[in-house]
Amino acid sequence: MKKIEAVIRPERFPRVRAALEELGYPGMTVTEVKGHGKQKGLRQQWRGREYVVELLPKVKLEMVVLDEDAPRIVRAIVRNARTGKIGDGKIFVLPVEDAVNAI
Amino acid sequence: MGQINTGDTAFVLVAAALVMFMTPGLALFYGGMVRTKNALATIMQSFFIVALVSVLWALVGYSLAFGPDKGHLIGGLEWAGLRGVGQAPNPDYAATIPHLAFMIFQGMFAVITPALITGAFAERMRFRGFVLFIVLWSLIVYAPICHWVWGVGGWIRNMGALDFAGGTVVHISSGVAALAAALLLGRRRDYGSAVLRPHNLPMTVLGAAILWFGWFGFNAGSALTAGGLACNAFVVTHLAAAAAAISWVVAEWLHRGKPTTLGAASGCVAGLVAITPASGFVSPMPALVIGLLAGAGCYGAVLAKWRMGYDDSLDVVGIHGAGGCLGALCTGVFASKAVNSAGASGAIFGNFPLLQAQAVAIAATIAYSFVATFIILKVLALTAGLRVTDDEEDSGLDLTQHSEAAYVFELG
Repeated sequence: MKKIEAVIRPERFPRVRAALEELGYPGMTVTEVKGHGKQKGLRQQWRGREYVVELLPKVKLEMVVLDEDAPRIVRAIVRNARTGKIGDGKIFVLPVEDAVNAI
Repeated sequence: MGQINTGDTAFVLVAAALVMFMTPGLALFYGGMVRTKNALATIMQSFFIVALVSVLWALVGYSLAFGPDKGHLIGGLEWAGLRGVGQAPNPDYAATIPHLAFMIFQGMFAVITPALITGAFAERMRFRGFVLFIVLWSLIVYAPICHWVWGVGGWIRNMGALDFAGGTVVHISSGVAALAAALLLGRRRDYGSAVLRPHNLPMTVLGAAILWFGWFGFNAGSALTAGGLACNAFVVTHLAAAAAAISWVVAEWLHRGKPTTLGAASGCVAGLVAITPASGFVSPMPALVIGLLAGAGCYGAVLAKWRMGYDDSLDVVGIHGAGGCLGALCTGVFASKAVNSAGASGAIFGNFPLLQAQAVAIAATIAYSFVATFIILKVLALTAGLRVTDDEEDSGLDLTQHSEAAYVFELG
């Protein structure tokens, strides 16, 4: 099994999710996170003063899948998360030792 | 002699309730602009003042402000505990409504004025020091200035200066006190960093809307009768707020590239401040001019703060101090006896003594409020303590002053 951790743009999340659902992988855990890589901060205004917000809002999507499914899922995420600009995010694939249902 | 008019009485009581609502509105206006960890403490300061100053007002504040004149400077204690303040009118102040109605209407002004100052020392004041400061400031600064301007026998009133609803008494006094507080308390530890940003601007906009709404009671109610003058005050108040919201937004848009929501909210408040002293003396078109000047002017005053480097956290000086001075001067320029025969005509009608009286009233209010506020704060800093410790400031006032949290994320 593999764990896929994808940190993506929040505004791209609905497309990614729809694509994964279409592929037949409806299960995922999603968190709203903040961070930055090479992308510069966001400019905001406060009573005539500009400031830069360094940490940007992102969505982190986690799912555990069968080894052979991982490449397909990663490709689907990349296809739908990509805008071509800095800040599109990153995807990590990790080995998973075990998974137990809590039911 | 005092014949009670039911229309006037109903109007003034409703106006008093509207003005009361402004202070919780201010709590939201300020509360949205601070960080999450100080949201409740900021709201608490304004909300607690509603309770604290109301009790103080009934016990001694009203008597000091409006009681029998002593040397043109202060009222006597004859009306302490509201002794003799009853259902019969007091013709000196309002001949057609019960004295109690006038007292409670004025009480709401006494409440909101010190609450305005809290924006200057937001996010770093100890609650105990804050309570003592508000008690002392209300008695030592607000009551005398209120007496000078509105009390029978007060020297500024005798001089002929005009302040319909509190440009000097409310806004200049609090704006200047805010400057003294910002200078004496010093900057927040995180001053100048991007960490200091508003945590909930929708809350701030709701607060501004409540202020705008309540201000109709503030200004129109100051007519103390339900007639033409109240209508004039209502209309000019609305127009000035609208014009100022537009001019602040446009000024910021041209200067920084984006029209902001906070700018619209701040602009309307600036316009409301500036029209306050003029609302019973000027007609609608001058009110538009006052609003346009106030929006862009207060935006400029806020920018000047950044250059001077004092941490008036929520811009009480730039909005209430600068807006109050602008409004008091504009009253001296645009006042018209055609609007209010009990008033005077301003400089555009060739009458310059009024403008001079306005300038003296402004200068006296600035000087007295600054010096007295500075002394009160200095004494409190050396005794009860004003500022939280560095650790408390980092952890936030909600937790350290009140053992509460504004936003709780529960699992499940």
